Amino acid sequence: MISELGAWAIFLLPLASFALIALVIRPFLGSRSRVSGYVTVLAIGLAFLLSAYALRSTLGHEQAIGWPSHRWLAISGLDIRIGILMDPLTAIMLVVVTGVSLLVQVYSLGYMKDDEGYARYFAYMSLFTASMVGVVMARSIIQLYVFWELVGLCSYLLIGFWHQRPAAAAAAKKAFLVTRIGDVGFLLAILYLFLQRDTAAFAGRNPFEIPDILAAAGMMTTFAATWTALGVFAGAAGKSGQFPLHTWLPDAMEGPTPVSSLIHAATMVAAGVFLTARFFPLFEHSAAAMTTVALVGGFTAVFAATMGLVMYDIKRVLAYSTISQLGYMMLAIGVGAPAVAIFHLFTHAFFKCLLFLGAGSVSHAILTFDMRFMGGLRKAMPWTYATFLIGALSLAGVFPLAGFWSKDEVLLSAWRGDKGVDSLVFWLAFVAVFLTAFYMFRVIIMTFHGPFRGGVGAEHPQPGPPARGEHDQDHAAGEEAAPSVHLAESPLVMIAPMLVLAVLAIAAGYVANPLGDLAGVPAHWFVEFLEEHAEGFSPGLAAASSAVALGGVGLAALVYGRRSPSPEAVGRAFGPIRTLLLNRYYMDALYEGVIVRSLFYQGIARGLNWFDREVIDRFVDFLGWLSRNGGRTVAPLQNGQTQAYGVVISLGVLAIIGVYLVFGR
Amino acid sequence: MSLENFLLLSVVLFSIGLYGALTRRNVVVVLMSIELMFNAVNVAAVAVSRYVTPAALRADTTSIADAVVQRVLTGQVFALFVIVVAAAEVALGLAIVIAVYRSRGTVDLTQVNLMKR
Repeated sequence: MISELGAWAIFLLPLASFALIALVIRPFLGSRSRVSGYVTVLAIGLAFLLSAYALRSTLGHEQAIGWPSHRWLAISGLDIRIGILMDPLTAIMLVVVTGVSLLVQVYSLGYMKDDEGYARYFAYMSLFTASMVGVVMARSIIQLYVFWELVGLCSYLLIGFWHQRPAAAAAAKKAFLVTRIGDVGFLLAILYLFLQRDTAAFAGRNPFEIPDILAAAGMMTTFAATWTALGVFAGAAGKSGQFPLHTWLPDAMEGPTPVSSLIHAATMVAAGVFLTARFFPLFEHSAAAMTTVALVGGFTAVFAATMGLVMYDIKRVLAYSTISQLGYMMLAIGVGAPAVAIFHLFTHAFFKCLLFLGAGSVSHAILTFDMRFMGGLRKAMPWTYATFLIGALSLAGVFPLAGFWSKDEVLLSAWRGDKGVDSLVFWLAFVAVFLTAFYMFRVIIMTFHGPFRGGVGAEHPQPGPPARGEHDQDHAAGEEAAPSVHLAESPLVMIAPMLVLAVLAIAAGYVANPLGDLAGVPAHWFVEFLEEHAEGFSPGLAAASSAVALGGVGLAALVYGRRSPSPEAVGRAFGPIRTLLLNRYYMDALYEGVIVRSLFYQGIARGLNWFDREVIDRFVDFLGWLSRNGGRTVAPLQNGQTQAYGVVISLGVLAIIGVYLVFGR
Repeated sequence: MSLENFLLLSVVLFSIGLYGALTRRNVVVVLMSIELMFNAVNVAAVAVSRYVTPAALRADTTSIADAVVQRVLTGQVFALFVIVVAAAEVALGLAIVIAVYRSRGTVDLTQVNLMKR
């Protein structure tokens, strides 16, 4: 059994690594010190071992392992505590977070080797991991919110890691602001819970303690549960890039590729799904909240997948894919299967991390992310190709890889749902299966098959070092020497984590074990570990979804491999739709052009500007005018004439006597 | 004669003195007006002392005869003090007047406005 100290250490190890790098290594050993990378890998590796031990400890327990929380702040009637909640959900998330983070750190040792900000990078990554561990382990909702915001801060720092590039700085700001919109909802939900502290549901309970909230959820009024759940979901939607707060996630590609990998697999976006699953009893108590979650998730799954069809930047395709897959997870929660959502998060973490690391490996060689300048890389980079292919197959949901099992459970949960909305989101998810398979094999074929189209040299044909365009981002800041395309496999330190992830992308599905007892793992182990029942397995549905996925793969092979019909012809046939997709449904234009520029700048900002100038400034000017002119008016009274002073004194005495005579008695 | 008459006289004297002190330009006349105000106070003090029984004695009606009350001379003593102080004040004031006259060549009060600075 893991002790409380051991549980705290999972959080404190990465935090200590951050402090050590930021306070000692970077100032004294230099900003490119190799030590910082090793410290980070060591700390997160130890945290991973402790997490695995924590998972093992929770296996034997029916209930969450409980340690009493510690008093943090107590002001009359307000008792905020901190502590650790170690239940199966936390334990699984801990393993995912620290495990994926560890592999990404190892990969970063190679990927960030020549970067100026090597130490800073690993300091941020350590803090990022520590924050995410804090979110996952938090026992109090206030504690959770603190780490929640820290995760947001770290993603801001890492997306804007190359802050000298304007695009990266803008993307970081966008990520911070868009997620903040959702966080306001989360904060309101916390405050609303606090207002509920005197209701019957919270009698004898602390409105900030997560176990208390979950226990009270069933007794709350439907109104209270709905609004609390929707507030929590707003925060989750912001972090997990759900429609309509998804716009920050594709732009977040401006950060280094391992950061994208970490954000998309284990930390930032997983936090939203985790939060929704954590507060599932609240959602369960409100049909309206469940419907909202299911619809938003289902819509996002298809909506994002369509945009993934037309992007040329390999990382952007993966980003839309992540949004789409997060939609799946939300959908699963919305139809009442949070354990399935976490299972999909679990498998998705491995193959999406793998895909990003693969994309990073490709750009390491050819210095671009634009798939129009890739092609034919499978001969030069066999390991990258093999692992990327495994990740793509897993993401597409092809039997028997991990993604197949989890995606199938999501579909099955929606299929078995008894509400009207459940069957609607089932069909949305079903369409998304096809789209996912299609765009992933579009990526595979454009990147690894066909002739090589020149890499960064073709993208920037002028001689000499290429201009720092939109796509050569990962190396623009890192290398002083003129970058050049070198068609070769990445170093072992980058390939090794990808191999580990590839094994997991194949095998992780078997922890769900939907068919029967296997190698000592009982059937439906994962889902039953998290909640009571498991949906079982439906061969018919699995066959249907596999057929659809293979259909997507086949269509992609037809269009991009055989070129009959050619992609250009397909593009022309769907001209207006393609334009719409390439412009991302004009959502960014809507937000930036209409809402920010027209509404905020022209409307609110102009109105506030008028108010500031005409009311506040005028009032301040009036105060100045008053004292200046008032002074001018009374200044002549001080003329140095004793007798004039005497007159004033006498009049004053007379006035006092008069007041006394009138009111004094 | 009643107390009111004396107090009215005192008020009239004080007002005349105040008016003179505040309006006349000649320092010597101002000093005389101030003297007038002193004397208005003296009249009031003596009159009140003569007509009003002190509160401490008023409560005790048995042992102390009316004649004793007549001889409580607090106001009169005060008046003497005031006269002494007034004499000293005039001496000092006139000295200042002479000093001002020596430095400025005038005793016109409107020309003396050093307090402005």
